[in-house]
Amino acid sequence: MQKALISVTGLDATGIIAKVATKLSELNVNILDISQTILGGYFTMMMIVDLSGAPVDFDSINRALEPIREELKMEIHMQRMDIFDAMHRI
Amino acid sequence: MIETGEILQTLRMIQEEHFDVRTITLGINLLDCSDRDPEICARRVYDKICRTARDLVPVGERIEAELGIPIVNKRISVTPVSLICQGDPRPIALALDRAASEMGVNFLGGYSALMHKGATLADERLLASIPEVLSGTERLCASVNVASTRAGINMNAVREMGQIIRETAERTAEKDGLGCAKLVVFANAVEDNPFMAGAFCGVGEPECAINVGVSGPGVVKRALEEVKGQPFDVVAETVKRTAFKITRVGQLVAREASQRLNIPFGIVDLSLAPTPARGDSVAHILEEMGLESTGAPGTTAALALLNDAVKKGGVMASNHVGGLSGAFIPVSEDIGMIEAAGKGSLTLEKLEAMTCVCSVGLDMIAVPGDTSASTISGIIADEAAIGMVNNKTTAVRIIPAVGKKAGDRVEFGGLLGFAPVMPVNTFGNEEFIARGGRIPAPLHSLRN
Repeated sequence: MQKALISVTGLDATGIIAKVATKLSELNVNILDISQTILGGYFTMMMIVDLSGAPVDFDSINRALEPIREELKMEIHMQRMDIFDAMHRI
Repeated sequence: MIETGEILQTLRMIQEEHFDVRTITLGINLLDCSDRDPEICARRVYDKICRTARDLVPVGERIEAELGIPIVNKRISVTPVSLICQGDPRPIALALDRAASEMGVNFLGGYSALMHKGATLADERLLASIPEVLSGTERLCASVNVASTRAGINMNAVREMGQIIRETAERTAEKDGLGCAKLVVFANAVEDNPFMAGAFCGVGEPECAINVGVSGPGVVKRALEEVKGQPFDVVAETVKRTAFKITRVGQLVAREASQRLNIPFGIVDLSLAPTPARGDSVAHILEEMGLESTGAPGTTAALALLNDAVKKGGVMASNHVGGLSGAFIPVSEDIGMIEAAGKGSLTLEKLEAMTCVCSVGLDMIAVPGDTSASTISGIIADEAAIGMVNNKTTAVRIIPAVGKKAGDRVEFGGLLGFAPVMPVNTFGNEEFIARGGRIPAPLHSLRN
């Protein structure tokens, strides 16, 4: 399993999760966990995904999210879960 | 499973608190490049660096993208050039600068001489070439070790370095003495330091090694905001916890880089390295502990606590720790230090005291343009004495600001920042510096 975190932040709108999830599905990226909240009008979503089923590498998946970033005008970051594990688990 | 709060904390550290990995530095042994003909040696040096470091920057950038953590610098350190040059070192300097540019690294360290006990002919040639080399190259950094706890202080080298720093400042006067920002004078220099300008690959190092320097003063400052008014036990504990988290990321990056480049992991340098950006200041951590301005009475104690807690927190987070581990207090590269020096709260004398308890020494300090070579040598001797007696690394990176006086400002740009010109004690010391010779190594019993 190659776990990554996708964080999506920006002004709330309709269909954010749907758009991101659809793109991930096209890339055969499996969603393991989602949490989402609205803080002061700001939409914050964190998705933990498994990249190991995707036919392309990390960079290509990240680039494939680019059109969604532009369309939704939201900050979308993808990073490997290793950094969170390293920092918060001994 | 990692909790949401933990994820948010990491994201906040990176996005708001300037947490980054400051450098991946690739140490490369060049001893096998030596040749009687400097041009042949220079060619070998260039080829070896380009062969070994070819993937350094692209791999660094990939790790940066995948982990979502900025890796600000990718750099190279090499064997001290005085150990490989058998003649004129200048062709090697040019080859190193070209190789650095070709590899896309912003600095390459190792135009260095280790002369704490005395100088070889090669050391002398290298020293004499420093002003010309630092004014004629862009990315090359030089360092000279003039003292050690075991050998004492080489006062001939100290005398020469005063003159060399002056000459380097004059040759780069139109850039506010930028050449001097690339020149460090050390006592007890370490062999695996990833930070510039003092990085070199020591003779005890392997063929090549990955050394990583972490950072994150902003993260520590933010953590301390949560424990306002609480006793120092709590302050120390908070710094330790934060340093642990920061260093774990440094270790992760080092491991990834080592695996992908197929180059052994050397060390993680447990450092708090500031930048001139607001929110990335070591001085502001000290002020968060309750000081109105860095330099106020209590500053040295605050720094001692910070420096120690950073190491204690970091040491468990990494397999191997080394380099200059500790808090850095460069003046021009830290907005809090710049402000404190600007308003007269932080003086050169207080900085000297602070260097007794923290990593390295008098760093990135601009002094008036008319500061004499012997005054600079005196400052180096004092700093070297602190390192020698206390069995620690100390350094001097001082910039005589040609044509400027105390209170004026020098500007280096980028990570090197800007600094107010600080006043210097101008009472004479020419006779002291003219003596030369060696200050004997100190006794390490009867510690009083």
